[in-house]
This record gives sequence, structure tokens and C-alpha cells, in this order.
Amino acid sequence: MSRIGIIDYHMGNLRSVQKAFEFIGADAVILHRSEDVESVDKLVLPGVGSFADAMKFLNQMGWIEPIRKHIEAGKPFLGICLGMQLIFEGSEEEATPGEIVPGLGILPGKVVRFNENMGDGGLLKVPQMGWNAIHWDRNDPLFDGLEQDSHVYFVHSYHVQPTETAETPISSARADYGGEFTATVWKGNVWATQFHPEKSQRIGLRILKNFAAI
Amino acid sequence: MITNRIIPCLDVNEGRVVKGVNFVQLRDAGDPVEVAKKYDEQGADELVFLDITASHEGRDITLDMVKRVAEECFMPFTVGGGIRTIDDVTRLIQAGAEKVSINTAAVVNPKIVEQTARRFGRCATVVNIDPKRVPMEELRARCTNTDSPVESQLKPGYGFEIHTHGGRKPVGLDPVAFAKYVVELGAGEIILTSMDGDGTKDGYDIEITKLIGDAVNVPVVASGGCGSPEHMRQVLTETRADAALAASIFHYGEYTIQETKEYLAKAGLPMRMMPADPLTV
Repeated sequence: MSRIGIIDYHMGNLRSVQKAFEFIGADAVILHRSEDVESVDKLVLPGVGSFADAMKFLNQMGWIEPIRKHIEAGKPFLGICLGMQLIFEGSEEEATPGEIVPGLGILPGKVVRFNENMGDGGLLKVPQMGWNAIHWDRNDPLFDGLEQDSHVYFVHSYHVQPTETAETPISSARADYGGEFTATVWKGNVWATQFHPEKSQRIGLRILKNFAAI
Repeated sequence: MITNRIIPCLDVNEGRVVKGVNFVQLRDAGDPVEVAKKYDEQGADELVFLDITASHEGRDITLDMVKRVAEECFMPFTVGGGIRTIDDVTRLIQAGAEKVSINTAAVVNPKIVEQTARRFGRCATVVNIDPKRVPMEELRARCTNTDSPVESQLKPGYGFEIHTHGGRKPVGLDPVAFAKYVVELGAGEIILTSMDGDGTKDGYDIEITKLIGDAVNVPVVASGGCGSPEHMRQVLTETRADAALAASIFHYGEYTIQETKEYLAKAGLPMRMMPADPLTV
């Protein structure tokens, strides 16, 4: 069985992610040192908090190169919430207007804040907090055994905006919050979810099971 | 489309659920993990644990409980009650709570809201606001955060004032101005408990929920006064509240979460209904 490593970089509690993997019968360990990445087959980057802090810790603790090497080797990678945003080129969060705080740049595109003005005069509440339905338009193996429009748990103010075309898609599922936004991405061996599968009850557990089975 | 959340609130003392839980099938109705799992099976969208533990030693037991819930229940939950310092917040988050709800400390030392948001993000930072109607002249004399506290239309001559200590202690703050202030500091959600409504089962306080919902642009959880699913329908349709919190109607088995959500879905509210179990498919 493959071994899943969860990256600990001081950005939130990781036990619930590890426990969720254990619940579905996967072998998941929390990695505290960057050199341990080589000992696992799959990598998970979770995280809550600010984008800039997260990049600072990833840098200081030497995670960036091992993560890159893992992905370049074609091994499966899963980003969760902030861990999804970090794999893009950069984020507007705490950035000087017009600029971005640089991210890992593994996928093209950037991270933007939800626009509070909905156009019809209405106001969108930010953060989005709660259960929203995801709708996929690609056969992402992460969704095996799930019904279209299943509800998953979101808590976030920012979301990714991948640079993609119909021929080179990156988004694999979308959700609607004052308009459509990217809820999951999938490119080759890289997957990521904006929602928290470890907090999305049975639906989320199935998604983690699907990742473990890849 | 995002769904409205239905949230049972559980009072916890020294790591045990204490207020009126009578699920018949539970081996031990006081175990928070078992209670959480039961509500999870019924379709609860989130849980709020309110820690009423008085002693210092008791709070370590609470941390242990939070850890167990986080590790065994794969659902979102908030922990509130007794949070005084950023260290208290840190311990709860490290134990696995994804949101902490700050009540008295936000009134006494609003900086804690800023510190929590800075450290753990706006999404983890919840502020509890507990308003109650008091005579306008008293309110004007005490109010420190605005020159023009809001007067109640429903009860003329009265205005709203934040109270702590379970509604016993007025603190001279207008809840509308205070809500705006804590959101500026970094609160990502407000749990609004009307002290006039709390325990009455006469329905949520629509008036103050509407005022707060219109004043801030973060999610608002309506709390206090719920006696039926119809009360939830009212507050979710007549105000900008995103979620409805209740205690006794669920704890005493008057309504299950599932029948509550079926009622609300039928009334046209967006609800997350329980799907077929994808782990057994």
C-alpha cells in the first residue's frame, strides 16, 4: 500500500487530515522534516491561515524543493484549502494592489479575493463559510463514487483563478458563490481542493479514499 | 449555491455534554464524541461547543475533548466559552477546533480578535455578541461606542446593549457598532444570541438579527429563542442570517435535524440533505 505524507509547516492542525486518511484505511504520516518527503509515495499539503505566512514557513523549513521534486517525479500530490492556493503563481492576499505575493508556481494562475459586489447591487458575504455543491465537468478520479452536485465544506475568502483553456484544463470542478469559482483542480499528478475534505463528512472521506487509491 | 447551516449548540462542562441531551440510542449521552456523531448522522452542518467549565484544570479536559472530536468526527465545529487570551485560542486551534468563538474577551480586550485573525485567519475567528433590550436612557448613559445607539422599533423607548455573563452584565456597547468594529478587526463570523429571546422558545429575535445582518458583510449565525423549524424559516428568510443555531429543540428530541431540514427545504431554503453514503457504494 502506498504511504501518504502530510506536510507540517505550522499552518494549522493536521491531525484531522491524518485521522481522516486512517479512517478510510490509508497509511498516512505527518512529515515534520523536509527530508522525509522521499519516504512517501503521495504528498498532502493542507493549511489554514495567511498565504504570506505559509510561504514564509515553507521557505524557512526547506519544504519547497522537496515538494517540487516529488511533483516532478510524477508522484501524486494533493493540496487542501490554503495548500491549493499555494501551488499557484501567487496571491492577492496582503499584496500591494496590482501585485501578487509569489507562490510555488506549480500551476499557472493566481489567487484572488471573492468580489463582494455582486453586480445586481447585492453584497456577497466574505468569507464563504458552509456547505456548497460542487459540479465537475471532467472525469476526475477524485470524484469516483460521488453524485454530481455533492455538498462539501468551504471556509475561505480567496479562491484560485487558473490560467487555462479548453485544451489545457486545470479546474476539474466548480461551485457557485456569487458566480462560479474553481473548487478543485487536477493536472497530471497534481490535485487540489478549495474545500476541506477532512471536514466534509462521508463525501470528503470518499474523496480522500479516492486520492489514496490513485 | 451555498446552503443555510443548521447548527446544534452543546454545553460542555469538564469535557462532558451537560445540557439536556436525550438521544435514546446513545450509550452515554454525556460523551461529546458520541453526541457529535449522532448529530452528524442526522445531518447537522456544524456544531458549536460552548465550554462552561469554571475551573482551570477542567479546561485541560476540554482541550482533550476538542482533540477527540476533531480526530473522530469529520465535520466542522466551533468552540466557545471561557476564552480569555490568545494562548487559549492557540491551544483550542492546536487541539483541532477550526473556529473559536470569542465572547467576553472581545468586549474586554478587542485586540484578541485582531490577534486571532492575524494568527489563524479570519475564517477561524468568530465573535459572539449577546444583546438585550434596555431602557434608552440607561443605554445612552452607559454607551461608549456610539453617540446614537439604535432604538428598538418593536419596543419603543428601549435600545440594544451587549451583555456578558449570560445576560446579567450590561457593558455599555451598542451591538451594531460593535459588530462593525469586530469585523474590521478580523472577525469572519458573528454568532448573535439575543438575550431577550434566549430560552423563551418564542422565536429568534428578528429585529436585532436584521440590524446586525445588514450592518456587516460576514456570515451571521442567529441564536436564542428557537422553538421550532418555523422559527428557523423566519430568521433565515426575514434577515441576512446564514445559519440558525438551536439547543433544546434538538437535545430533547422535539425535532430531529433531518425533519427540520426537510421542513426548511420544502419552504424553499437551500439545504444540504444527506446523500447516499458514498463509502458503502
